Amino acid sequence: MTRTRPNLASLMAGAALALAAAAPGFAQDGPIKIGVLEDQSGDFAAATTVKVHAIQLAAKEINDAGGINGRPVELVIYDTQSDNRRYQEFMRRVLQSDKVDVVFAGFSSASREAYRPIVNQFDGLAFYNNQYEGGVCDNNMIVTGAVPEQQFSTLIPWMMEEYGPNVYTLAADYNFGQISAEWVRNIVEENGGTMAGEEFIPLGVSQFGQTIQNIQSSDADFVVTLLVGAAQASYYEQASSANVGLPMASSVNVGQGYEHKRFTPPSLANMYVTTNYIEEIDTPASKDFVERFHAMFPDEPYINQEAANSYIAMNLYKQMVERAGTTDHDAVRAVLAEGDVCFDGPSGNVCLDPKSQHMSHTIYLAKVNDDHSITFPKVWEDIEPYWLGDAGCDLTKNDPSAQYTPSSPPPAQ
Amino acid sequence: MALFQSVFGMLYQFGDTFAFLVISCAGLAVIFGMMGVINLAHGEFIMCGAYVTASAARAGLPLPLAILTGALVAGLVGMLVERLVIRHLYHRPLDSIIATWGISLIATQGVLIVLGSTMQGVGTPLGSIDVGGRSYSLYRLVLMACALGLLGGLYVLFYHSRFGVIARATIQKPQMAHALGVNTGRMYGLTFGLGAALAGLAGGLYAPTMTMVPTMGSTFMVESFVTVVVGGADIFVGAAPAAAILALIKAGLTAWYGQLFGQIGLLVTVILVIRILPGGLSGWLKGTTR
Repeated sequence: MTRTRPNLASLMAGAALALAAAAPGFAQDGPIKIGVLEDQSGDFAAATTVKVHAIQLAAKEINDAGGINGRPVELVIYDTQSDNRRYQEFMRRVLQSDKVDVVFAGFSSASREAYRPIVNQFDGLAFYNNQYEGGVCDNNMIVTGAVPEQQFSTLIPWMMEEYGPNVYTLAADYNFGQISAEWVRNIVEENGGTMAGEEFIPLGVSQFGQTIQNIQSSDADFVVTLLVGAAQASYYEQASSANVGLPMASSVNVGQGYEHKRFTPPSLANMYVTTNYIEEIDTPASKDFVERFHAMFPDEPYINQEAANSYIAMNLYKQMVERAGTTDHDAVRAVLAEGDVCFDGPSGNVCLDPKSQHMSHTIYLAKVNDDHSITFPKVWEDIEPYWLGDAGCDLTKNDPSAQYTPSSPPPAQ
Repeated sequence: MALFQSVFGMLYQFGDTFAFLVISCAGLAVIFGMMGVINLAHGEFIMCGAYVTASAARAGLPLPLAILTGALVAGLVGMLVERLVIRHLYHRPLDSIIATWGISLIATQGVLIVLGSTMQGVGTPLGSIDVGGRSYSLYRLVLMACALGLLGGLYVLFYHSRFGVIARATIQKPQMAHALGVNTGRMYGLTFGLGAALAGLAGGLYAPTMTMVPTMGSTFMVESFVTVVVGGADIFVGAAPAAAILALIKAGLTAWYGQLFGQIGLLVTVILVIRILPGGLSGWLKGTTR
């Protein structure tokens, strides 16, 4: 529905491409086609429409500067409607009939796991630009979002030091929430704390009366909220009106769903989030990014970390294709394997790790104040996505195309 | 004291779930339970009420008035929808499913396109009270009172008012009512509008406690359909006791095993009821007292 309409020029380029199909050298002169599968409607739309805009901004900047190796970038955008089946349908379409060179796809981990086998089947290349529960070791995937060792290994010990060792986890009941909760549990144990409670909430649940009571009757010092989607976000309003009064820690709030902008203060007060970007970050690079973003999309409600990651991913892809001289996936990955693919963008300098094809991040600890303004009590610079590589995933040597977790790590070589 | 605390806690959770079930299913009980129209756009009437309430409250209207405005607007929209679409489908229940589903898609997507993917909420009023060391939201207690008030109000309306008698007559024996001079077309329209207004009221009442997004109505759908199906055709003999029983099951299971089992409990109950009591609670109660 929201597919960008091909203009006459690109139609003609497409026809030229078809005519030249027999001569592969010539095909390199057409536009570089980038598939964009993101949720522009449905439960996740509030957090993900901005990702599409970030990709459009990057595409415009790249095209204005002469394209990639002189070839213009053409976006093929589909609305995946927060529906995993749509991801599978559109992933087949962009890879089989649109024949895109690379795909930028996915918000929820459920949707990523829904489309990943299709990317593997057609040997495509997909960027996943979301923070997530970590562990995807797959040659066909490049991940620019932050992972637990970047968000939780920083956040949880800091919170325990500040507020106390008893932790209550509230997580969405699917792969993201379950695996993230496992990370939190492990980190709490490593730091000598205890789990005061743990509860998994089915997606779509919006009433939290009993959950709030369970938290109040536990002796928790702070609550880790790993809630996902618009329905579950009702928790904050309800917890605040019941005066739970405990500090909250999260890897997904604020930086993703900008709840501090959408809810009435002080329902999100005392929430601490580790994020690799939000629009409040007060650096010249960030301010410049926000300015350029608003110049193109004046009504954008919020520029979140996924928008920054999508923008960074576009620029990283440009760099890799330019260095490889082709969009061929093996050649692009060979550039990545050199280990010096970096980009100094809105969130500071970031680099891709050849072993896991994940990205290093500067992690900002964002605190939501009573009036829902944001301060940054701490910044951790250049946190590597080390876990997969340390656990034994090495995509420069072999490609298991699997997702690992702390309780099911890669098999010993 | 510990006993009082846990008893109050349990009662509060039961009342909270009961209020949610009654308030969210009242509109559906009128449209689906009484009129027999399977209204898949129920959630969108709720969303309409919530959005109007939030806009009105942020424009400066006091919250109770804003909620009533939300219900009123939802009711008017409901009467319009009845006039344009539902009226032609009273004897085609399967077609009405498709039509109302279509309306629901158009409403969700239309709101997304026109108003964007999210809207700022109004914040829960009234604060909290402390009972035995735990704090509870006062507004939730207001919701419980509203649920009881709603049941009482509907009872008076349907059993002790001229409108109620004519509405029930029109729905049970339309030809007879028509022969006696009732404008049945107008009654259908008003009754459907009442159902939509009740849905709007649900949206208005819950708007301060929830995230405002175009898809927010869908979080009410499972609970309201389950309550109406378990309850059967009659609101008072059916939906009210069904809400009480389901609230007990859901609050109990959620307390002991967590939210997932609360959801499972609801759905297992509805499967058992459909299998054992196809007429719902009210069909069964009326059957045994006959």
